[in-house]
Amino acid sequence: MNTATQVFDDAEKGSSLWHDAWLRLRKNKLAVFGGGVLLFMVVVALLTPWLAPYSYEAQNLDLGATPPSAAHWLGTDIFGRDLLTQIMYGGRISLAVGFIATAVALLIGVTWGAIAGYVGGRVDAVMMRLVDILYALPFMIFIVLLMVVFGRNILLLFLAIGAVEWLTMARIMRSQVQSLRQQEFVEAAVSVGLSPAAIIRKHVVPNALGPIIVYTTLTIPSVMLLEAFLSFLGLGIQPPATSWGLLISYGAETMEEYPWLLIFPGCALTLTLFSLNFLGDGLRDALDVRGSKD
Amino acid sequence: MALLSVDNLSVSFVTRNGTNKAVDNVSFSVEQRQITAIIGESGSGKSVSCYAMLGLVPSPPGRIDGGTANFQGQDLLALSEAELRAIRGRDITMIFQDPMTCLNPFMKIGDQLIEPLTLHQNLAKGPARARAMALLDEVGIRDPQAAMSAFPHEFSGGMRQRVMIAMALINEPKLLIADEPTTALDVTIQAQILRLIAELQTKRDIGVLFISHDLAVVSDIADQIVVMEKGKVVESGQPKAIFDNPQHPYTQKLLAAIPSGQKAADTVAPDPLIRIEHLRTWFTPTAGAEPVKAVDDVSLEIHRGEVLGLVGESGSGKSTLGRSILRLVPITGGQITFEDTELSSLEGRALKQFRHRMQMIFQDPYASLNPRMTVYDTLAEPLLLHGLVNKAGLDQAIRELMDNVGLARSFLRKYPHEFSGGQRQRIAIGRALATRPEFIVADEPVSALDVTIQAQILDLLADLTKEYGLTMLFISHDLAVIRQIADRIAVMYHGKLVEEGSTAQVFDSPREDYTRSLLAAIPGANAA
Amino acid sequence: MLRFILMRVLQALPVIFVVITATFFLVRSAPGGPFDQEKVVIPEVKKALEAQYRLDLPLHEQYFAYLGDLAQGDLGPSFKYPGRSVNEILFSGLPVTAELGLYALMIALIIGVTAGVVASLRPNTAQDYVPMSLAMIGICMPSFLLGPLLVLVFGIWLDWLPITGWGDIPGDKILPALTLGSAYAAYIARLSRAGMLEILSQDYIRTARAKGLPEWRVVTQHALRGGLIPVIAFLGPAFAGLLAGSFVVETIFQIPGLGRFYVQAAFNRDYTMILGTTVFLSSLIVFFNLVSDIIAAWLNPRLRHQLSGGGS
Repeated sequence: MNTATQVFDDAEKGSSLWHDAWLRLRKNKLAVFGGGVLLFMVVVALLTPWLAPYSYEAQNLDLGATPPSAAHWLGTDIFGRDLLTQIMYGGRISLAVGFIATAVALLIGVTWGAIAGYVGGRVDAVMMRLVDILYALPFMIFIVLLMVVFGRNILLLFLAIGAVEWLTMARIMRSQVQSLRQQEFVEAAVSVGLSPAAIIRKHVVPNALGPIIVYTTLTIPSVMLLEAFLSFLGLGIQPPATSWGLLISYGAETMEEYPWLLIFPGCALTLTLFSLNFLGDGLRDALDVRGSKD
Repeated sequence: MALLSVDNLSVSFVTRNGTNKAVDNVSFSVEQRQITAIIGESGSGKSVSCYAMLGLVPSPPGRIDGGTANFQGQDLLALSEAELRAIRGRDITMIFQDPMTCLNPFMKIGDQLIEPLTLHQNLAKGPARARAMALLDEVGIRDPQAAMSAFPHEFSGGMRQRVMIAMALINEPKLLIADEPTTALDVTIQAQILRLIAELQTKRDIGVLFISHDLAVVSDIADQIVVMEKGKVVESGQPKAIFDNPQHPYTQKLLAAIPSGQKAADTVAPDPLIRIEHLRTWFTPTAGAEPVKAVDDVSLEIHRGEVLGLVGESGSGKSTLGRSILRLVPITGGQITFEDTELSSLEGRALKQFRHRMQMIFQDPYASLNPRMTVYDTLAEPLLLHGLVNKAGLDQAIRELMDNVGLARSFLRKYPHEFSGGQRQRIAIGRALATRPEFIVADEPVSALDVTIQAQILDLLADLTKEYGLTMLFISHDLAVIRQIADRIAVMYHGKLVEEGSTAQVFDSPREDYTRSLLAAIPGANAA
Repeated sequence: MLRFILMRVLQALPVIFVVITATFFLVRSAPGGPFDQEKVVIPEVKKALEAQYRLDLPLHEQYFAYLGDLAQGDLGPSFKYPGRSVNEILFSGLPVTAELGLYALMIALIIGVTAGVVASLRPNTAQDYVPMSLAMIGICMPSFLLGPLLVLVFGIWLDWLPITGWGDIPGDKILPALTLGSAYAAYIARLSRAGMLEILSQDYIRTARAKGLPEWRVVTQHALRGGLIPVIAFLGPAFAGLLAGSFVVETIFQIPGLGRFYVQAAFNRDYTMILGTTVFLSSLIVFFNLVSDIIAAWLNPRLRHQLSGGGS
């Protein structure tokens, strides 16, 4: 039997900031709704091969484009393909791009920002100057250029988008680390004799996590938008694969006759973006990222 | 007839978590040409009551539940917003606590200053500016012409407060509400501003409502004192009556909390624990810029077992000196010797091992505790790091620490934000004592706390110093606090050590002009 | 202040240089020559063509020659449209895109700032929720979705507004400008709300109220300036976004502007055109970033003072 439990079984359970944040988040209906929808989307995307009502390749040229019906809940496209199936498979790619590219950005940005912020001095100056220069580059145009030059390669798309988004992440992380470093509790940890690695692990990272979580949640929708934007222009995902952006692009071409081909993929994308933004805003409020003292 | 008479004012804040009565049936008055002071600690409702009667409490969440505020035959609380606006800034004006944030940083001082004139008196810009400049001169701004076209950030805190005062007086108001107008200022500046307010008040025959947490400050200037606690007026009367014969227990507690008295001098043979020789700590803000000489050639001895009070105003380098000794900031030159070890050259592992012998207590208990760690973890960290206890002894050691700093053991698994400021400071003290240090730097450990809490923490520190046989460098801007706790005093000014001596000697026969001006600035000549 | 501007310009120059260099080598490293797709190109003709476009020179010489041309403001000839220079094509599209961008920016600023300020005055009431919900829709409704939807509703179903062209039929500029501007109106609304809330909670706003200023003067004279600095600083990035957005909007509405040319050039693999457009657009973006930075700094007296103070 651990002594701690014996000695402190009379100790009242404290409520950690994470716990408080969770309670606040739970009260925010929009954020909960966003989280729920997102969870649903992710689960559906993961299980698509088993859930999809039709096979991805199945065409029915005789059927052609039909409005929503009992057999095809969201209708079919001009090749007679089931739109719901298309949207489900497209969602897999759109969400994957969103999550993976954000993960790339997160990894590079947080590492970069943490090093710059903690080491400080000249290293920081050089590292952040580089970020400034990259920031000033017109990346949207560059990504288009990359996709043109190197063909429309999905891996490249991940990398290119991740490479743009890490800059903001690095800035946020750096300013977090820098302001935390000046906090008195970090100074107290230094005066106790903790090593820099332990200080980062125990005192800096847990306190920098809030803004990073919030920003990550808000980066995913902007990444998904970027992918959809490129796919719409025909510079992103290429057939036979599909994504929501690509479906919207097809839908826009034939919207006059078959408006559902535009509206349903549009709804899928917008709903997901809504959920992510609501969740992100909710997390921002719950985690109190503006950083008040109490 | 009273200039302002507030009767049975009640204000509450309605939030999602319920209704909170901030001001409960409060009555007070300000006589013509007199100063009424409202005294109370944070959360006592002293500011809210004044803001409420001027319609400056945002609603929601604020709500005025009842009462009257008669000013020149009108009930302020019954006026419409437009009618109230006509009075605000003309007949009743305000100055606030933090002059650094109360002036619009985007507007020139002149433009802000003439705003009340052009607004309430329809004065043209030309004459308004002339009047503003005359007033700036009167409140002691040296070059009014230049000040008019300056932006607030070009001025120091004291200067900005003078501008605020000029702005408040420009319409020749009948009542001035001063909300902690000197709290954010250095002692000597505080004394100047207090004198200025008192002077202008007599000269212009205005009534003043002076809100403060500091009885000593108020005792010098008030004609009438109102003591508030938790939204209620607990006592009111003339200063003499309040100080000599306080009726309410809370008033008695407040008075008892005023740091007073002088520590009885110990007659121990000086045995230097720490020797500081020609210490320099300079900062270079940006490459190539002139260095800021925060600590400049300071030599000082700290004797074993003593509390050395280090006094100075903001920017004097007193905090940097404390941090330099603990090697928390890189030092530029000089030597620090701890017993026989030269601290200034210790690095890496050697420094780390040395750290448990000296610890620090910080000013802001809200910032000095990691918000994501429980009290248990905060206290366990130094103990485990230095291997001072084994796993089995850990809980026992932490229990003892909690007892020693006066915290209930049941708090161990709570997080810092669940505690009050005073409790947090106790936790921070516990952390500093965990390693059983010989030397502690206490950097303004009580200046962020309410008066009554301040007294408790000071007592705790005095007890612990004795119990643990500590040597302490006690840094403060507050001479009364220092006098109460320190055996010897060192005075810093602009990075230099200007005076050093026993507490009695520094207070009774200061050698330097600067020390004399500091002593003269201590408020509360009437309070003692 | 002048020093600051000069510093910023000096910082921007290497960025533009990096853009030119990176673009040049990226485009040149693309697999396949520009004339590989043409089926019947006689070797002699191909050689002559390559000479005309300097493709026969070593890469680094091509690069320096290109830099030389750029210095004279010459972006070179188009691969795809022999006889037309990139400059010509660019400048035929520029006025159109500039006009579109200007309208979109005006829409974004007027709607965005109004909505944001209105929302900030009464936070957590209907006056806040309604505009902010609309802003959220604006953010989640990208231009490539909003554009077609607007066309569908107002152009096709209701038949109120023309759906293609630019300046041909009255009213044909409304939908494109709205499509391009709406997302930025949404961003600006959120930014100005946040900025205003921050400023309105400052102590000096209380000072202004204590003076007896009516609320509208508190807002316009004391709060707006500080509250809108984030919006000004956002205009640089917004401009870059508007340009990228014009790719889509000009494609949807078939507007003969820069964005459409760029996308077409991308599909046609018209390398000189891509190169020229990228360099031109990038320089424009860098320039506007610079301008919005300078304005934002100038609006902040503290910064302005430090900057003009000379000294350190």
